[in-house]
Amino acid sequence: MRRTIVHSVGDSAFNVLIGGEAGQGLVTVGQLLAKSLVRSGFAVVVTQGYQSRIRGGHNSFSIRFGGGALAAPQEAVNLLVALDQETVRIHGGDIRQDGLVLLGEGLDPGGLASLKVPLRELAEERFSNVVALGAAASLLGLDEEVVVKAMSRTFGGRKAGVAEGNRNALGKAYQWAAAFDLPVESPPAPPLVPLRLMMNGNEAIALGALSAGVRFCAFYPMTPSTTIPLALAGWAGEAGLVVEQAEDEISAVNMAIGASFAGAPSLVATSGGGFALMTEGVSLAGMTETPLVIVIAQRPGPATGLPTRTEQGDLEFVLHAGHGEFPRAILSPGSVEECFQLTRRAFALAEKSQGPVFVLTDQFLADSYRDVKPFDIRSLEPVTAGSPVAGVKVPYERYADAADGVSPRLLPGLTEHLVVADSDEHTRDGHLTEDLDVRRQMVEKRLRKQEILLGEVVPPSLEGAGNPGILLVSWGSVKGAAEEAVSTLRAAGRSAAAMHFSQVWPLAPGQFLEIMRSAERVICVEGNATGQMARLIRRETGFEVREKILRYDGLPITPEYILREIQGGG
Amino acid sequence: MPDVEDYGSFETAWCPGCGNFPLLKAVKEGLAAAGLEPCRVLFVSGIGQAAKAPHYLRANLFNGLHGRALPVATGAKLANPGLTVIAESGDGCMYGEGGNHFLAALRRNIDLTVLVHNNQVYGLTKGQASPTSGAGFVTKAQPAGVWSEPFNPVATAVSLRAGFVARGFSGWGDHLADLIRQAIEHRGISLVDILQPCVSFNKVNTFAWYRERVYDLPGEYDPRDWEKAMKISMEWGERIPLGVVYRGERRAFDDAFTTLSEGPLAGRNTDRDLLERIMDRYA
Ligand SMILES: Cc1ncc(C[n+]2csc(CCOP(=O)(O)OP(=O)(O)O)c2C)c(N)n1
Ligand code: SF4
Ligand SMILES: [Mg+2]
Repeated sequence: MRRTIVHSVGDSAFNVLIGGEAGQGLVTVGQLLAKSLVRSGFAVVVTQGYQSRIRGGHNSFSIRFGGGALAAPQEAVNLLVALDQETVRIHGGDIRQDGLVLLGEGLDPGGLASLKVPLRELAEERFSNVVALGAAASLLGLDEEVVVKAMSRTFGGRKAGVAEGNRNALGKAYQWAAAFDLPVESPPAPPLVPLRLMMNGNEAIALGALSAGVRFCAFYPMTPSTTIPLALAGWAGEAGLVVEQAEDEISAVNMAIGASFAGAPSLVATSGGGFALMTEGVSLAGMTETPLVIVIAQRPGPATGLPTRTEQGDLEFVLHAGHGEFPRAILSPGSVEECFQLTRRAFALAEKSQGPVFVLTDQFLADSYRDVKPFDIRSLEPVTAGSPVAGVKVPYERYADAADGVSPRLLPGLTEHLVVADSDEHTRDGHLTEDLDVRRQMVEKRLRKQEILLGEVVPPSLEGAGNPGILLVSWGSVKGAAEEAVSTLRAAGRSAAAMHFSQVWPLAPGQFLEIMRSAERVICVEGNATGQMARLIRRETGFEVREKILRYDGLPITPEYILREIQGGG
Repeated sequence: MPDVEDYGSFETAWCPGCGNFPLLKAVKEGLAAAGLEPCRVLFVSGIGQAAKAPHYLRANLFNGLHGRALPVATGAKLANPGLTVIAESGDGCMYGEGGNHFLAALRRNIDLTVLVHNNQVYGLTKGQASPTSGAGFVTKAQPAGVWSEPFNPVATAVSLRAGFVARGFSGWGDHLADLIRQAIEHRGISLVDILQPCVSFNKVNTFAWYRERVYDLPGEYDPRDWEKAMKISMEWGERIPLGVVYRGERRAFDDAFTTLSEGPLAGRNTDRDLLERIMDRYA
């Protein structure tokens, strides 16, 4: 069952995988260890794998860390922290030759190099997960005080006995583990770097939205998107937001459109199935020219699919969702920083183009904690909803003709003017019409706004020079894995480059087509089964991406996965 | 004080003799009686013959999708609590396509006025059964007659203890205008289910049919008595009660958001210290 492990730059990085059942406190242990690593100056990339249940089942929280910048997950495991037997069975094959299993005394390491923790001797059973945390942190050479501080934040509010019990368990584990070393050293603590944040993709989207001036969010819970509205709900009181759990996604999107029409920068967040219900709202935002930011955290479909796993299967769906023709933009962040920045951009574009703008992520990125340089959040400008009333032509017409298609957008009830918007085809003053000349003019007016979006396309990034032997093309969360695979190929003397699309619609071929043409081999790397981005590039440019590396088993694309496919494919 | 003329008059796309005409007149009278300037009122409608009504008066309007008037109205009200928001549409739109939103809005008790043109039929799509069509009602789509029990919006709203529940009749203009005024003035959700004859597609529930049956709830009827209201709300057939069936005491949903006491969400300043403090929680 041991897979071939292709070592990538990962030799300077170290991968800890914590596995156990849901309900064992595994995510808390993982978050605390990751936070302690970030506070010690390390870069981290967290990959969470969980099942759609609250208790039992197998869950994993893997933390890849290192002294330099990291942007991709890693399959090969250096230290496996097994909270149950299932973890050894499932992940034993991923352990490197020089790796180690850390497990409780009752568990069987199955012949792998291991260290058994005398859990019962060190603490009461309810503190077992903290013992595991302490033992792992000690083996990794983390300063105990750093872990204690991280813990006091998490458990600080609990009953005194619990906080104390946790503190003692951690101390005991540290004492016990001091006698042991890892088979290979973990990366040395980097020199002190300026303070970094630890944040996952969804948290960065929520914070980006807050800094962009979001005031309204409606949602219907759906993994893996729900932590976005939950973060906003947590800030609602202090930041003056309205967050409402709607009766269904149809309601959520329509509420957000109503709120946006009335002047609140608005966001909805969902996943594929929920978005399917929202599509009539996308069309409504297009027709009524109402700004709306829609975040879609993808998970594998069709239908309910794999609710807690990752996939990039909804690109074409999001691109075409909503009946009729109207402009849209789709942003596809490749990192946690981009989740923040591109959510901000989505709000600005939605307001500017008066229509729907998408942020398309997936479960992997949504749940992936990373170290993040603090944003210069003070100096970032929020959006302003609506247009100034000064200078509007009287009588005011919501859909007044405009060269760029953008009519002044007054907000109802805030001026003396009447604002009339309609989902039917409408005249300039917003009233429904069946005049077919007006129809033609209105279609053209709406479509002119596509030029505004085209003028603001985020150019694809390029790692490596032009004329590469291999050009890996990726979008969304695959960025880090593709870039790391390219640097491994280059380190091995091969000519390679990585092109990443942080925006997948509209495409501006002038930004990338020449580079694609200059490459010997172009390979699209996507988390879906049919190569949707490759198809889109061909449709828009005529350029056929012949090779594809695809993944659709619910797991994120890793550098190892890409390298195996390239080697396997010659 | 605004008067009825301030709400304008427009050409309509309705059939001559339709119950929508007196209904529209009563809406304007109700607005004027409530003393509302057109620019402080937002109508939100769905799709159907009824949903066109707000195009025929002067006010702010969001004419959205079939079935979705209530979510849009809810979002708009939460974004600007100073607006008087009126959701207006047909029985198919509000009780059929938008049924889940209708239940949720009643449960929230948000401060909206909901005016439903209940003609017991789908007018715009030419005469199919609606959720309120009587059992046995024959249409081209239901040639053997409607099988399902009709939906009772008034009883549903009373059972959920919605803020203000009333039934009006477009043949009783002044009475209806007064119900609409009261509905607008009520804080919390107010439903006015309005019996509105469709002269083209409903040959059963005609003006004459309604006139024979409707009666005004007597002065001594106390709409605060929930159990009596439940009972009255079930009365339909030989006699159909009109008036305020129920008045609840629940707080309006919008009051649950303290931030809304500071006025509209538009144009607020971003507190940059707070942004920084929130970001620092991730350190
Ligand atoms: C999603 C959707 N489904 C169906 C329709 C077609 N449609 C338009 S109005 C209507 C029913 C109208 O009935 P009602 O709401 O009672 O209004 P009325 O015309 O009777 O006033 C239907 C089914 C639509 N516009 N949108
Ligand atoms: S179809 Fe019926 S409801 Fe519609 S306008 Fe004609 S009479 Fe009125
Ligand atoms: Mg109807």
